[in-house]
Amino acid sequence: MTRRLELLARAALVAASLTPAALSAQAGAFDRSRPPALAPAPALTVPTVRTARLDNGVGIRVVEHRELPLVHVTLQIAGGGRLDRDTPGLTSFVATMIREGAGARDANALQSELAFLGAALNAGADWDNTSITLRVARRNLEPALDLMADVVLRPLFNAADVRRQRDLRLAGLLQQKDQPRALASLAFNTLLFPDGHPYHRPLGGDSASTAQLDSAMVRNFHAGTFRPGRATFTVVGDLGDTEARALLGQRFGSWPASGPERTPAPVLVQPTRNQARNVVLVDKPGAAQSVIMIGAPGVERTSPDFAAIQVMNTILGGSFSSRLNSNLRETKGYTYGANSGFQWRPLPGAFVASSDVRTNVTDSSLVEFFGEMNRIRDSLVAPDELARAKAYLRLGIPGDLESTAQIAGQVTALAAFNLPLTWLQEYVARVDAVTVEDVQRVARRFIPVATPTVVVVGDLEKIRPGIEALNLGQITTMAVAEIAKE
Amino acid sequence: MNVHPRALRLAAAAMLALPTALAAQGTPLRVPFVIDTLPNGLTLIVHEDHSVPTVTTNVWYHVGSGDEKVGRTGFAHLFEHLMFMGSQNAPYPQFDRLLEAAGANNNGSTNPDRTNYYEEGPAGALPLMLWLEADRLGWMLETMDEPKVDLQRDVVKNERRQSYENQPYGLAFENLVTAIYPAGHPYSWSTIGSMADLSAASLDDVKDFFRTYYAPNNATIVVAGAVRADSVKALVRQMFSEIPRGPAITRPTPAPFTLRDTVIVLQDRVQLPRVYLAWHGVREYSADDAALDIASYVLSGARNSRLTQALVFNSELATGVNAFNASKRLDGDFMVIATARPGHALDTLKTVIDAELRRLAASGPTAREIEQAKNAIEAQFLNRLEFASAKADQLNSYHYATGQPDFFQRDLDRYRAVTAADVQRVVRDYLLRSRVTLSVVPQGRIELAATRGVVQ
Repeated sequence: MTRRLELLARAALVAASLTPAALSAQAGAFDRSRPPALAPAPALTVPTVRTARLDNGVGIRVVEHRELPLVHVTLQIAGGGRLDRDTPGLTSFVATMIREGAGARDANALQSELAFLGAALNAGADWDNTSITLRVARRNLEPALDLMADVVLRPLFNAADVRRQRDLRLAGLLQQKDQPRALASLAFNTLLFPDGHPYHRPLGGDSASTAQLDSAMVRNFHAGTFRPGRATFTVVGDLGDTEARALLGQRFGSWPASGPERTPAPVLVQPTRNQARNVVLVDKPGAAQSVIMIGAPGVERTSPDFAAIQVMNTILGGSFSSRLNSNLRETKGYTYGANSGFQWRPLPGAFVASSDVRTNVTDSSLVEFFGEMNRIRDSLVAPDELARAKAYLRLGIPGDLESTAQIAGQVTALAAFNLPLTWLQEYVARVDAVTVEDVQRVARRFIPVATPTVVVVGDLEKIRPGIEALNLGQITTMAVAEIAKE
Repeated sequence: MNVHPRALRLAAAAMLALPTALAAQGTPLRVPFVIDTLPNGLTLIVHEDHSVPTVTTNVWYHVGSGDEKVGRTGFAHLFEHLMFMGSQNAPYPQFDRLLEAAGANNNGSTNPDRTNYYEEGPAGALPLMLWLEADRLGWMLETMDEPKVDLQRDVVKNERRQSYENQPYGLAFENLVTAIYPAGHPYSWSTIGSMADLSAASLDDVKDFFRTYYAPNNATIVVAGAVRADSVKALVRQMFSEIPRGPAITRPTPAPFTLRDTVIVLQDRVQLPRVYLAWHGVREYSADDAALDIASYVLSGARNSRLTQALVFNSELATGVNAFNASKRLDGDFMVIATARPGHALDTLKTVIDAELRRLAASGPTAREIEQAKNAIEAQFLNRLEFASAKADQLNSYHYATGQPDFFQRDLDRYRAVTAADVQRVVRDYLLRSRVTLSVVPQGRIELAATRGVVQ
């Protein structure tokens, strides 16, 4: 058996060495013992963005991208969840409702017509913007844009549809109680962003705020928010900018603005900066794992340290080879994955390190989290770690610009911070310039070890004694009913 | 922020993988490729796409959880994890480190029929990607040891906890497949496997499995991206040619079976009860496969689909409903899953589902419904063609299933050919038969579960 295999192997080698292809690759000279050299990456090029503005204030950005006969359109309405004010979840609920019938079509007729055109029209909200996206084959762009204009300008907001979607959302909120990770995030945000801060309550609302939603609120919000001066289109795909401007001008050029404009509540409170570690436990009896979130207020996206922070986080918990994942998953076997990251929002978001760990190693996992956070603060990272993290960030950018949706996503994500797409080229240079000293400096400044908020959702009967023994600081508990209120 | 490498993907959750509206303009859809078979049996498929300066390498080993032995469920996936634990020339943890230093990502996945591994990154990293793949195919076994097996066994157990045991409704699917397929059938256990079987896996099992299935004659590599086909061929021959061919592989040949009506109730830490109805379906690419895909769209593909309308919007009994056709290489199943709104028992939902199935079987879909389904399915696929990585995996998938990597237009034609009468017939022939009825109810609320009863 063995001998036969050896003979086959030899035969394969001989055959291979006779092919011109193998000869051109110098099969005989190949040294398998070391990794092949990397061909140098070309300098980063980014697609050209052409901008324009309609007379009524609607902004337009166009990227001509003719690989496939497809067009991706993103419309952003400035504001986002910060416009919720006293009704958490209202902005995202309006994004749901605009698809529930518009113009001459009820919700079913609208969805049927879109599917018939092979078009996908979606809407959602983040903290900065309501976004409506349309993807369609170029040949069906005009009729699909007609439907998009109906959705944006002429939504029906029928009372019966509002009630039905409200009830669906209430059922979804109820199901959050089943999801340990959702509970951990909700608890963490509540603690980190105090009452009065825009990020205190969830983007999707809570049961109390959702129960109040009615069609008058939805209409008022739409009138005060969906206005030409707050609207920007990003069009990427198989058409030129002149054509795109004309198509949008025909449908959105006479979009009027009337009545009072809705504005975000002023920010009167700052994120919680603890005086000591704040450990909060949430009981999920019988849980197979514990969800750990450790974090603190983060930093502005416009910080001059942005590139250094990204490099530092890639080393700490932002990649598979990162220290947190290598330690908790690959060395200790405590988890399926551990990671960390900074939330980049118009107001500073949070830094969060997180993992789902086996119940009986919850305390040991906390020890490793703090050990890694201390280590990146206390000592310089190795030069090869730095080089790897920089290359990973820098060389990964072209892969984020492959599809029409990715290009639109990059353009709009940067625009939220008033940055052009060409900023990516500056970013490459800034990443290149980061030193091991920079990494330590931003770690010391932004990685919390003395005063973080620590949330653990798990089976408290089993995990509490071990956590108490760590003496991290004051421990309190939150009930599930307190986090996902009914 | 989210790192989910080596994530398990179950075929049951697979979306429709269907072709494009390009052909609607009269141009047959083509994804050009070059194919090369090495003397040791390794197949290479190259697709050039120079739109961005990146490349993806996508390797399929034709082994999945369906090839596992009794008492070793979860092994194919555990093995997938071990493939990242280092090889002779790239000892642990060089695999991940070298790729990250090249700006590349990587991952792998296991389903009942196959295991895939892929890298994506700058085009200049292709030699590195191929070298790493060659080294773990040709020079891994010597470096495998018990600590590595033990470590990844722990990681996979954590994956099972995170993705199944600690998820609401997370244990439904493994109970379903066990009920649908007879004992010993390759699809009668879950890809993640049981805790007991994961515990039982030994270093000897790893070696046996590697020697049987991880051989060039059981693998196909697709390279897609900003590369030249002739230089890729040369590189692959240079790096893989000396790896010997493996033994011939015996594939499972499950006997035909008839599903018996079965009722199962699970209690879980959930707020809302959910019902799963599962039928015996068909093999992928077999005669009724495309018609069942269209039927699933007519039932739940859009806001105006029949079950969505009836359950979510008209009666307001459910928070959501999903029908899908999970056809696989050896056999298949078809499922309808619906979650009750607060205050409703699952029998009430089941009655509405059955009425809609009977109505579709009695009079078929309208022409408009069929056309909407076909257009939506085509559009989904056009969207996927934007990504070299998606094309690469599809080329591998078509090649294994049909022998033709560029099966895109033929696949599209399968859907184009489906008629309303076909949909009516497959609903009648497959969905009015015996089925598994599985309820997941909140602890102590057994009265909410669905009871026995086939569609009348």
